[in-house]
Amino acid sequence: MLQHVHEKHGLQLMIGLLIGVVFGFLLQKGGVTQYDIIIGQLLLEDFTVVKIMVTAITVGKLGVYLMTHLGLAALHPKPGSFGTSVIGGLIFGIGFGLLGYCPGTIAGAVGQGSLDALFGGVVGIIIGMTLFAALYPRLEKSILHVGDFGERTIPQLLKVNPWFVIIPTAAVLSMALFIIETYW
Amino acid sequence: MEWLMAARWSPYAVGIGIGILSWGAFFLSDKPIGVSTAFARTAGMVERFFLGPRVLEKRYYKLFPPVIDWEWMLVVGIIIGSLLSALWGNTFHLQWVPDRWSEAMGSSPFPRWIGAVAGGIFIGIGSRWAGGCTSGHGISGTLQLAVSSWLAVICFFISGIATATLVYGIFP
Repeated sequence: MLQHVHEKHGLQLMIGLLIGVVFGFLLQKGGVTQYDIIIGQLLLEDFTVVKIMVTAITVGKLGVYLMTHLGLAALHPKPGSFGTSVIGGLIFGIGFGLLGYCPGTIAGAVGQGSLDALFGGVVGIIIGMTLFAALYPRLEKSILHVGDFGERTIPQLLKVNPWFVIIPTAAVLSMALFIIETYW
Repeated sequence: MEWLMAARWSPYAVGIGIGILSWGAFFLSDKPIGVSTAFARTAGMVERFFLGPRVLEKRYYKLFPPVIDWEWMLVVGIIIGSLLSALWGNTFHLQWVPDRWSEAMGSSPFPRWIGAVAGGIFIGIGSRWAGGCTSGHGISGTLQLAVSSWLAVICFFISGIATATLVYGIFP
């Protein structure tokens, strides 16, 4: 691991910026900074979003797990529970369907000139987050830890070697893309 | 350099690019790519601007202090990268109402603005409730095979598909 690089705060901010530039460039070239493409996915008319996500997940997991085996990277799975992932996820989806952007693609939409993103969506997201920050102490005590499973990964849950999950899911997801590409 | 000028790239090329970019984030920064935390920090900055430093006492802003960090710079980068792509690909244009919305619900900006603000509020609450968005859970979390992320992304899409179908089924 490049610990000496990870510890340099100023350098890390520059790396973050550069990774963001490439990420934004790719999102825009992929078309997913457009409301039309995202809503097309949610209406099951256009599978661009799924094609990009599934390809990125497949390529990403092969490389990232290989790097962890070589000692070049460490995993940072997010903690979660049924209370966070399911309820939060369902609330997020309502916004996803109404807004037609998500936090990453809305930043890209702002860059390409979408004014509904800049003056509508971004304002809404910031309002929503201040509401969540206000509700947080109450939610933390009640719903957020219901069905807690911590930072677990699927291989840890199944108690198997990660490659027994990586290879079959890569195969299934590639097959799904092939079917979408051929028949949809 | 003609490919830089293309309006669109194949989704598979873009997906491979994002996958490789995620290797870079883990290797160079020991971080998964994620976006919504940066918006939460920005929300804290906005609250501090209007209400003063006492907002820093809120429990949530103690967990996610309103400061500029790696993810915040990442979001600035996304705006710049998308702008460059749009300028080179000749797809930059100022638009209030997206075409698909306009076809179904009319070209008046006000209803679209209301829809975007309301949708944004749900996204803001939901992404912090779930602890991540389509980037942090949807790509970075799923590629790590995190249980929380697979569950979250399935819920994002179930609810997103239901909402979009409802909006386009009822209003036009």
